[in-house]
Amino acid sequence: MDAEREVLDVLARNAREDIDDIAAQTGLDAAAVADAIDALEADGVVHGYQAVVDWDRVDEGKIRAVVEINVELDRETGYEQVADRIAKFPAVDALHLVSGDYDFAVEVLGENMQDVSEFISEQVAPMPAVTQTVTHYIMETYKDGGIRFEDGDDDDRLSVSP
Amino acid sequence: MRLSDRARTLPESGIRKFFELAEARDDVISLGVGEPDFSAPWTARTAAIDSLERGKTSYTANRGMAALRERIADHHERYDQSYAPESEILVTTGASEAVDLAFRALVDPGDTVAVHEPTYISYGPGIELAGGEQLTVPTRSADDFALTRESLEAAGAAEADLLVLCYPNNPTGATMTDEEYAEVAAFCREEDLRVIADEIYAALTYGADHASIATQPGMRERTVVVNGFSKAYAMTGLRLGYALGPAEAIDAMNRIHQYTMLSAPTTPQYAAIEALDRCDDEVTEMVEEYNRRRRLVVSRFNEMGLDTFEPGGAFYAFPECGGDDEAFAEALLEAQGVAVVPGSVFGDGGEGHLRVSYATSMRELKEATDRIAAFVEGR
Repeated sequence: MDAEREVLDVLARNAREDIDDIAAQTGLDAAAVADAIDALEADGVVHGYQAVVDWDRVDEGKIRAVVEINVELDRETGYEQVADRIAKFPAVDALHLVSGDYDFAVEVLGENMQDVSEFISEQVAPMPAVTQTVTHYIMETYKDGGIRFEDGDDDDRLSVSP
Repeated sequence: MRLSDRARTLPESGIRKFFELAEARDDVISLGVGEPDFSAPWTARTAAIDSLERGKTSYTANRGMAALRERIADHHERYDQSYAPESEILVTTGASEAVDLAFRALVDPGDTVAVHEPTYISYGPGIELAGGEQLTVPTRSADDFALTRESLEAAGAAEADLLVLCYPNNPTGATMTDEEYAEVAAFCREEDLRVIADEIYAALTYGADHASIATQPGMRERTVVVNGFSKAYAMTGLRLGYALGPAEAIDAMNRIHQYTMLSAPTTPQYAAIEALDRCDDEVTEMVEEYNRRRRLVVSRFNEMGLDTFEPGGAFYAFPECGGDDEAFAEALLEAQGVAVVPGSVFGDGGEGHLRVSYATSMRELKEATDRIAAFVEGR
């Protein structure tokens, strides 16, 4: 495995690992780890580092919705152009072009349901290319970013065993 | 009730004391655990659940389900080990049963069984229960705990009838290369030693492929290989292992097994089929995670001045703590709430070392090694 891939595997599991610990885990030296991180960022492989948040546990937390969007394209307007316009809204957390019954899957973050529905009806639906939207509010999150949202440590192994 | 001499004289495991000390506290980070911290792959667990829903709760064939033995045979091609599913494979209740059966099938009363130490703690008692006598062959930290021809000769193993090998090794994490095995194999052929090779950690090697003495010239016919699902697939509690060997040895082991166990438990056999069919990727991910932890732990111990050789397999590091390892481990537990197992528990050559299991989360490993560093600093 090359250095960048090894570093990426560590960061993808825990972006807060410091350079010395990544070096220890991969067997690279600290300078090589720093170079690999620089290269991953410069090449657009790593776009940022975020916490995986369970917003349900935050007072005045946020609500999340998955919005299906159908669009109609014309000679001047392709998926790229539509995506560019949708992605510019700060409320849009994630945007994917998908196969299947609709075109875009959009993850929207808002303060509350009203906030999200106003954003969709006032900002997204009126866009000329958009023909239909279907909004699914997320009621409960069980797993995100590869991490299970559950309580505690269920390590029930014997504390010392042969 | 009057107990048999055999039961009365069987010693208590040395690990028991540390288990009790660690269990008495509730703030302990344990690096003393000899099993994976992962759970069995979910698809393997669902296969077990499905089998229960379909009412698959009867005995299987004595030797284990044919479908499982076929997959085990296929699986072992990756180690260049080739065994016929119908006659050369026996599925057992954990690798532990396979080791016990091998002793009972291969050891006559008064036979001498050479065991390299430090090693896993069950071989000595198993040999004793089979009526044999253990001959200890110490391995040396200078050899990174690999077994050498010199060690065998120095210990007088030429007089032994049987040799037990455990590589990748618990507690040292040591592995053996084909070149190292070639020497040991030559010794076994010359001195007519049969071999029980416990390869339960075969899937957990880092950097180099697992090597086996059974693939050395002239060794297949004198070797019983033991393996299982506990370590590779994180299935310790499902108790499923197996033995691979020449038909006459497997027949003999099965003869005992059919009376004492009848068959290995049925539900885990379904889980194991699924594990072999579909869980290679998950094993690879676990191995990669163990490898990251291994490197971190080894580098941290070396940084704090406890010399640690680079273990090639299993999930243990074996740092040198100098002097009385038992006193070190007790004081460490007392002062910092970190549990490790003193190396001397695992026999000759283990003294002055600690068995450190890295089958625990990266976060806990960092916290535990920070605490150990503070303990070492303060001594």
